[in-house]
Amino acid sequence: MNLLWSRLRSVKPMWYYAGLSALLLILPLLLDDYQTSVAVLAGIYVMLGLSLNIIVGYAGLFQLGHAAFYGLGAYTAAILNLHFGIPIFVLMPAGAIVAGLFAFLISRPILHLRGDYLCIVTIAFGEIFRIALKNDVFGLTGGPNGLYGISRPELLGLVFSRPIHYYYLVLTFVVFTVFAARRLEHSRLGRAWMYVREDELAAESMGVDTTRVKLIAFVVGSAWAGLAGVIYASRYRVIAPENFTFVESVIMFCIVVLGGIGSVPGILVGTAGMVVLPEMVRQAKNWRDAWLGVAMILMMIVRPEGLWPSRRVEFKIRGGEAPPPASSESK
Amino acid sequence: MGLLEVRGLTKNFGGLTAVVQLDFDLSEGEILGMIGPNGAGKTTVFNLITGIYPPTAGTIRFNGQNLAGLRPHHITELGIARTFQTIRLFPNLCVSENVMAGLHCRTRAGVWAAIARSEGQRQEELRIQRETEQQLRFMGLYEYRDELARNLPYGSQRRLEIARALATQPRLLILDEPAAGLNEQESAELMGLIRQIRTSDVTVLLIEHDMRVVMGISDRVVVLDNGQKIAEGTPGEIQSNPRVVEAYLGKEED
Repeated sequence: MNLLWSRLRSVKPMWYYAGLSALLLILPLLLDDYQTSVAVLAGIYVMLGLSLNIIVGYAGLFQLGHAAFYGLGAYTAAILNLHFGIPIFVLMPAGAIVAGLFAFLISRPILHLRGDYLCIVTIAFGEIFRIALKNDVFGLTGGPNGLYGISRPELLGLVFSRPIHYYYLVLTFVVFTVFAARRLEHSRLGRAWMYVREDELAAESMGVDTTRVKLIAFVVGSAWAGLAGVIYASRYRVIAPENFTFVESVIMFCIVVLGGIGSVPGILVGTAGMVVLPEMVRQAKNWRDAWLGVAMILMMIVRPEGLWPSRRVEFKIRGGEAPPPASSESK
Repeated sequence: MGLLEVRGLTKNFGGLTAVVQLDFDLSEGEILGMIGPNGAGKTTVFNLITGIYPPTAGTIRFNGQNLAGLRPHHITELGIARTFQTIRLFPNLCVSENVMAGLHCRTRAGVWAAIARSEGQRQEELRIQRETEQQLRFMGLYEYRDELARNLPYGSQRRLEIARALATQPRLLILDEPAAGLNEQESAELMGLIRQIRTSDVTVLLIEHDMRVVMGISDRVVVLDNGQKIAEGTPGEIQSNPRVVEAYLGKEED
């Protein structure tokens, strides 16, 4: 096992990326429609996990209401599409902007406080949002039944109707999300988020406007969830308050923590465990909440840094010897 | 006009008065030492100047500007950088990333620039790397650049804190017990470094318990006891001041 591992590590990362890209490109040809649908759903959750990772993993903020921002994007798209017939592709930025705006409004007054307060406010916001949807707020959200009949995305005459269409749509967004997240991580802003996560007072004293960089993480992560929401709405064409409950937020949080906080591959592993596995094994789906609890407890005992952690977080949690300097991570 | 003017500075923590009606000035290019027994209020003064606590009363003017109500990052941006008494590096980040923290307030790239990797952003990253390298070489830490900060020997961690503070390009550098825990040779090196820092137009304010260090490099010394200034003068004057000997040096000689 160790030998295998060390051999795998010696393969140049470029080959992994090449292999993975090829697999992802031909994957729907190997899967039936149902399996492709699961892959589409998984892709949406990867986007959600990566967006939450900016908030929780990079900046170290606790956000337990991510589903609300996801829902804001979905409902923005549904309402504008149903009332004004605006095409889905135009609504993608709109969903992101609305989610980002709400993130700004609720976090701006409290971000200078300790992290626990943000956590409570996000839980509260998630609940308010769900209840408002249920009560058909302003007569726009359709109450408990939600909204249906959202139009399919259309691009250059192609109407997205089969799972395989959505597969490539979501894949494009996932690839872009990974790309953008990695660039953000290795930038001035990404470093500032790490400084805040490591020691907020020291960061502030070294000239980092900690409130501002936390706000940026929160707004960017939430806006991205809003975008994922638009895609979700156009994929299923029916949305209801039940899609955006607290449990959804917890699942997203678990994807990040289970996979490995701050780590992009970790999000993929986390999504596989939280979304794909329960879908593939239907009986397991009924047991998901139970297995989720057991898995989290086991994880915290056996592997608190997650299944595929970023090296930094691993050493922060585990302590001990320094990792070998990783050139890709250090610059 | 002084670079820093402190007038009537007072800080109460509940019923406890940590600093009372403190006045002092710091002129450009000077090294001012601040000494006093433990609990005299020295670190509180530093925290007031750097904006970590708001003062109860009094004013702090830096370069003519009142610092009241400004947040620490803003004060750093105006040109005051500090180190901490208990080292506060980013322990799980590497040495060069620690220094880069200081350059945050001197750079601008945001979300879009980072994702698009615009020309301006790349130039800025190059500048960050260049200036980081320069600071690391100056402080003799370049060989450790890829190590995690927490794996550095203690004396190097102290130097890394100074490097990080200097990276903010300060006009005033505030050092809170920089020689604490250093051996004799390291202290001597530190004094050399502080003198060198002064030659690059940085004014230095330091708290230090090591009398050899304070008396050796300070142009002037301010003595605090129970939050009040009890003496001010050249190191020679301070050493022969009976009040200081009674309040501070006397205790040590017992």
